[in-house]
Amino acid sequence: MTQENNQIAVKAVEVHKAFGNLHVLKGVNLEVESGSVTVILGPSGSGKSTFLRLINQLETLTGGSIYIQGELIGFKHVQKNGEDMLQTLSDKEVARQREKLGMVFQRFNLFPHMTALENVMESPVHVLHMSKSEAKEIATRELERVGLQGRFDHYPNQLSGGQQQRVAIARALAMKPEIMLFDEPTSALDPELVGEVLNVMRTLAKAGMTMIVVTHEIGFAREVADQVVFMDKGVVVEKGGADIIDHPQTERFQEFLNNVL
Amino acid sequence: MKQEEQKTLQIPNKINALPVRRPGPIIAGVIVGILACLFVGWVITNPRFEWNIVWKYLFNENVIAGIWWTLCLTALSMIIAIILSIILAMMRQSTNPVLRSVSWFYIWFFRGTPIYTQLVFWGLFSVLVPKFSIGIPFTNVEFWSINSADVINAFYAAVIGLALNEAAYLSEIVRAGIEAVDNGQEEAAKALGMSHAKMMRRIILPQAMRIIVPPISNEVISMLKTTSLVMAVPFTLDLQFASNAIANRIYKPIPLLLVASFWYLLITTILMIIQSQLERYFGKGFESQPLSSKIDTDRTSIDSYNVKEQSEINKKNDARLLGLNA
Repeated sequence: MTQENNQIAVKAVEVHKAFGNLHVLKGVNLEVESGSVTVILGPSGSGKSTFLRLINQLETLTGGSIYIQGELIGFKHVQKNGEDMLQTLSDKEVARQREKLGMVFQRFNLFPHMTALENVMESPVHVLHMSKSEAKEIATRELERVGLQGRFDHYPNQLSGGQQQRVAIARALAMKPEIMLFDEPTSALDPELVGEVLNVMRTLAKAGMTMIVVTHEIGFAREVADQVVFMDKGVVVEKGGADIIDHPQTERFQEFLNNVL
Repeated sequence: MKQEEQKTLQIPNKINALPVRRPGPIIAGVIVGILACLFVGWVITNPRFEWNIVWKYLFNENVIAGIWWTLCLTALSMIIAIILSIILAMMRQSTNPVLRSVSWFYIWFFRGTPIYTQLVFWGLFSVLVPKFSIGIPFTNVEFWSINSADVINAFYAAVIGLALNEAAYLSEIVRAGIEAVDNGQEEAAKALGMSHAKMMRRIILPQAMRIIVPPISNEVISMLKTTSLVMAVPFTLDLQFASNAIANRIYKPIPLLLVASFWYLLITTILMIIQSQLERYFGKGFESQPLSSKIDTDRTSIDSYNVKEQSEINKKNDARLLGLNA
């Protein structure tokens, strides 16, 4: 979308992730520019969700490094016996780094014991220590932005899947993140509800939000993405502009697209 | 309500079939009715129950005082136990290995020895530790001291004994409740930048409460009766001891057992009412939980009733499972 500043929002260098003996990511390199939308495609098990979770430190890196706006995440450099070593950050420092990021999950993960409004107000009040009235103002604005007027006092289980996911987006936006991560946001939705969530994401992209989206919605990728990344078996197989969807360079991407479309 | 709902619907060719014949309830009703009549008749006419004596001592001042002390013991020890058990459960899940082992050891010890023994021990505490003092360890320098018998009287010894023992059992219930909360909740809370403590307090524990209220209520009711063991301390003012003392004095054990049972039953009934209120409070947002991700609020059909029933059944199953594990 907006290319006026070429600042790098997220930079991944030779990222490796292993769960025990399972090598999930095998050297992923990726740069995401500020204000751009990156869509990551790939078959299930390709490691795309894991990559997204690494960016938000829900998993810890096994190898390589990830920078958010130039800042190394998860670790800091320290001197030990004259040697340069990495030290794991404390929970508090990790929480601070996460403040720049908003995340939307496949299963929504709304807090079921709170109403839609309370869900959105929760972290502004209890993490940013805003006053209740100020947080309510922000929450109202964000919920209206995702089109949930009149649903403020509903509990998550009184909302449809699409509405729940939109509350989840509003909840993430209320923290004023600079980068939004979407982990298969429409995969748990019934087909007729996918559109309303994609619409919200489209609006967000137009407003210049930096977004990284893991999805199977090829149409959305073609329309909104500035960068399309195709991952398979833990590596980036192909990346480029949205046009690579129509003109894939590699056989594997071609095969994947044939199966999906 | 279900009936009304159906009446308002205009359904063409509505079926008005006769229900399946079920003679079971009628036969069972007759048999149970006859047995109940026989039992009530026996209870009323049997002179050994001595209902006049039951009535005479039902509101005896020692009995009323006994109720008060029993309630105090139950309430205080449960409050302390609940707080301690949450701390123990969180220690058990901590990343700190020392805290984990301490919690494990605590639970091992207090579940592994009889409550009666523990109560006797707390009764003898002032013999083991004659005085508390503040001073410099390994020297004779002492700034302040107090006789432990003055601090830990029989009542406090009983409360401590009951609370420490109960905390060990409760912490396993709390842990089960915390573990039953969906992992996604923790991820969502973390992604929003919450600290571990805040996440526990605001997100995880309130949801765990819904699951642990039934087994904890169970423990409260159980504690009400366990307080009758405090004579081991010895603490001698509780309901069981007070009614027993009267029985021994007037040689009428049966009517006084009835007096005590009546009060225990009454208190249990009140506690059960409180339990259902608590379940409703912590269940908010969980009523009529959808089985699929698709449920429309405007749709108040029979489906949602079934769903509600289903979730009630699930909840009961959860509670039962937890009860068994505890």
